[in-house]
Amino acid sequence: MAQFKEIHCTINGKSVTTVVDVRASLTDMLRNDFRLTSVKKGCEVGECGACNVIIDGECFNSCLYLAAWADGKEIRTLEGLLGPNGELSDIQQAFVDEAAIQCGFCTPGFIMTAVEILESGKRYSDEELRKLLSGHLCRCTGYENILRAVRKTMEKRLAAREN
Amino acid sequence: MYDLAALYEANSVAEAVSLRLAHPEAQILAGGTDVFVQMREGKRAGKALISIYGIDALRGVTLEEDGTIRIGSLTSFSHITKDPIIQKYINVLGQAVDMVGGPQIRNAGTIGGNTCNGVTSADSASTLFAWDAIVELTGSSGVRRLPIQDFYIKAGVVDIRPDEIQTAILIPKAAYEGYFGHYIKYAMREAMDIATTGCSVNVKLSEDKKAIEDVRIAYGVAGPIPMRAGTAEALAKGQAVSAETISSFAKAVLEDIHPRDSWRASKAFREHIAVELARRCLTQSILLAGGAL
Repeated sequence: MAQFKEIHCTINGKSVTTVVDVRASLTDMLRNDFRLTSVKKGCEVGECGACNVIIDGECFNSCLYLAAWADGKEIRTLEGLLGPNGELSDIQQAFVDEAAIQCGFCTPGFIMTAVEILESGKRYSDEELRKLLSGHLCRCTGYENILRAVRKTMEKRLAAREN
Repeated sequence: MYDLAALYEANSVAEAVSLRLAHPEAQILAGGTDVFVQMREGKRAGKALISIYGIDALRGVTLEEDGTIRIGSLTSFSHITKDPIIQKYINVLGQAVDMVGGPQIRNAGTIGGNTCNGVTSADSASTLFAWDAIVELTGSSGVRRLPIQDFYIKAGVVDIRPDEIQTAILIPKAAYEGYFGHYIKYAMREAMDIATTGCSVNVKLSEDKKAIEDVRIAYGVAGPIPMRAGTAEALAKGQAVSAETISSFAKAVLEDIHPRDSWRASKAFREHIAVELARRCLTQSILLAGGAL
């Protein structure tokens, strides 16, 4: 028998109420109910990171997260990074500039992890960045360009704060 | 959509206990990083789940009055690694759970789920075995505490009664005071991999740092469940800090462990690695404890 739950949460700064099937993953809810299709369905077993979103400030694979658990949570997806007229954020632009995108399937997940990294306000070594980015698979770029895009944005933001 | 028959959500331990009694067929769901994967694989398909993920009272690390470190069962791996109490007293546990899966998995996965799964490869388990951890379970008749070695029954089976959930992992002061430890996960990849073998050692040196007052060693994937290597421990206890002691300690682990051939690695390879990991972990633990080699 189908079982439903009403949930209240914040998605990309907007407070929403919705009714979810308790069997739904957060990926299902974000894609189907809110058309946030940056959240990709990749492996659906927590290996690839394509469905990664930020929940209450921390990254989660939304494929391994119940939509029902989103009640009371603050959720951010890649769509929330865009400016009012669809302008790209610095980290998105850096991915473009560094050719850190080819097919683009892993990109939203990677960028949300990058957002968590950047918002910590810390400076990380390349080795630390590699570890922080290790929950994502990219089959196109070989990771170096992605690492460079994150490092470049980190340095830019840190320099802006120091000045 | 997950193939789950029903979802029962608990927001308190009492609620979880009554849900356990009301729905004996349902399985416990914590962070979901194993349960949902197994559901997708078909192993747990069609099961009803009792989600305890919403019980915030089971999150966090605290220091009790008698010095016991209390880790709430729903504390995520990343929060254990970042926790100042863990960093100060049992940093090796934070390091060990920092090797689970990848960053997102470590934000979701919980130490309670990691131990309740009963798998030998759990990155937290060997370190918890090595630190004489106590598992706290809460059921309808109250709280039950048992040493983690008794909690594990056999592969995939742990001692949780039908009305219970695991509520905390405790490390008594006597188990950690003066001890320093090191964990090595041997795996094929640096992330998103399961240990081929994992080894956790901790040591307490004499005041002059010349002798091993106590040493404890535990393995994951050296048998069907995590285990201690008692022969090696007994052999090194009271011995002088020296390369010879470390070498005989490392060789002695073969008396206790019994790894198997699997597609991940052969028994012979695992035995070879186990000896080498014991040597490296004890060496590092002695150095952390202020000993000289």
